[in-house]
Amino acid sequence: MPSLTHLTIAGARAGLAAREFSARELAEAHVKALEEIRPLNAFITETAEQALAMARASDARLARREAGWLEGIPLAIKDLFCTDGVRTTAASRILGNFVPPYESTVTANLWRQGAVMLGKTNLDEFAMGSSNMTSAFGPVESPWRRKGDNRKLVPGGSSGGSAAAVAARAALGAIGTDTGGSIRQPGALSGIVGMKPTYGRCSRWGVVAFASSLDQPGPMTRTVRDAAIMLRAMAGHDPKDSTSVPRPVPDYEAALTGDIRGLKVGIPKEYRIDGMPAEIEALWQQGIAWMKEAGCEIRDISLPHTKYALPAYYIVAPAEASSNLARYDGVRYGLRVEGESLIDMYEKTRGAGFGAEVRRRVLIGTYVLSAGYYDAYYIKAQKVRARIAEDFEKAYREVDVILTPATPGPAFAIGEKMDDPIAMYLNDVFTVPVNLSGLPGISVPAGLTSDGLPLGLQLIGRAFDEETLLRAADVVEKAAAFKALPAMVAG
Amino acid sequence: MALDTAAVKRIARLARIAVPESELPHLAGEISGILKWVEQLDAVDTAGVEPMTSVVAVTLPMREDEVTDGGISEKVLANAPDPARGFFTVPKVVE
Repeated sequence: MPSLTHLTIAGARAGLAAREFSARELAEAHVKALEEIRPLNAFITETAEQALAMARASDARLARREAGWLEGIPLAIKDLFCTDGVRTTAASRILGNFVPPYESTVTANLWRQGAVMLGKTNLDEFAMGSSNMTSAFGPVESPWRRKGDNRKLVPGGSSGGSAAAVAARAALGAIGTDTGGSIRQPGALSGIVGMKPTYGRCSRWGVVAFASSLDQPGPMTRTVRDAAIMLRAMAGHDPKDSTSVPRPVPDYEAALTGDIRGLKVGIPKEYRIDGMPAEIEALWQQGIAWMKEAGCEIRDISLPHTKYALPAYYIVAPAEASSNLARYDGVRYGLRVEGESLIDMYEKTRGAGFGAEVRRRVLIGTYVLSAGYYDAYYIKAQKVRARIAEDFEKAYREVDVILTPATPGPAFAIGEKMDDPIAMYLNDVFTVPVNLSGLPGISVPAGLTSDGLPLGLQLIGRAFDEETLLRAADVVEKAAAFKALPAMVAG
Repeated sequence: MALDTAAVKRIARLARIAVPESELPHLAGEISGILKWVEQLDAVDTAGVEPMTSVVAVTLPMREDEVTDGGISEKVLANAPDPARGFFTVPKVVE
């Protein structure tokens, strides 16, 4: 029998159904794996006892043949999802001791389908970052290493702990959130699948808010099939999130037919950016060849406003963040630093509670929303955003999916790119336009650099057409046959 | 637009974040750099474009205006830094 921590979700589901092993054995193997990967700092809070209790309940349901879609599957939860009675920090000092008295809708949906919680994963503070270096709980280390080079690398971010846990075989799957690439970028850098569903597909209720018009929860898994299985459980209308969409949730797994003949695939010329490494370009060409071989029709398309997506994002996201983070005032929950007056207390609390990146973004957001600058920055950015969305709309009159690289480069070393915020922001150049337009996107591990680091391809779909997106991603994944393992693997 | 330290101090005040004086020059430099970088948006022709308000075409749902929960003051106060007798507390604001 293969190691239980190396199974896919689909494989574990089959093994549990066939009684090859119990949910308890599966959970125990993962609890052991959590301990083994502790040097990576992937988890802020481990919930081993809860995992074992949930697994026992899963075994009882399996015995009664009442198994849910994720019965007994051990998952890691980004520490941005509120979990009833389990500390939820958003990787910030300001929420360091916060224990939610309620459960987020997405995690509640997972538990309803029988999933088992392993713990809460590390992230960039309030999901603001692309490296997991802004966490108040310390950076996450990638389980990957460059060949012949022992320097510690980043797992990507902001869902870096989730990515590292899945890549290092300490969780069968994880959930993350994606505001500008925070699922797809760490997925690509860590050699796993990361999917951002259409905005509105999964409820944001109970997710610590960063930028509400962009945030979207999604699955992080080792295969596209596993992402399809998880998304079906996570998605659905929620009356508590007025932006969640009242549409039926399809059986995404059933969409994985392996047949994408005749699918029209768009290749946007604007994604060929200056200074892009030759390996990324080669991977992209390889992806095009795979889709052609699978019977797709390849079409060159233009998304002319692509280069304005990042600057528009760095107005819209900080603006929304400055508004969302106004709630951390030291009065109702979280950190309080006493002051001489009410305002002094607010200022001291927020000065001590927010890290450098969060502070920078709240200040920028405050500035672009302030009197006299609102039209010039915020309204302008929202107009540019409309242009970017319009580019995609026009493209989807001609094509069914769009193929791009997931990131402009592989994982970098911990500590790199920290001096220049804009250099760090460029990590998300291929993922941000998708958030600004609300579309679904998925990164699929597709190759390795010459020094052995994973690279991903991104597929972008039409709004609410996750089925076509997953079907295409499944074919690309099979063609790529990515089998490489990181340097550090549990089990 | 370049911001000086006085401007950053003003923004920090608006954002209610205490920023040590010693960090103001560095922060002013960083924020000015980002603002300069986003100014490339001025090159985009947005004449006649409506600013985006929602990425997904949905009408906000309406529901009856009625109480749907309540009676959970203990839960509401469970994470309060300094609750007293069923209330949140703040420093004295009126002498």
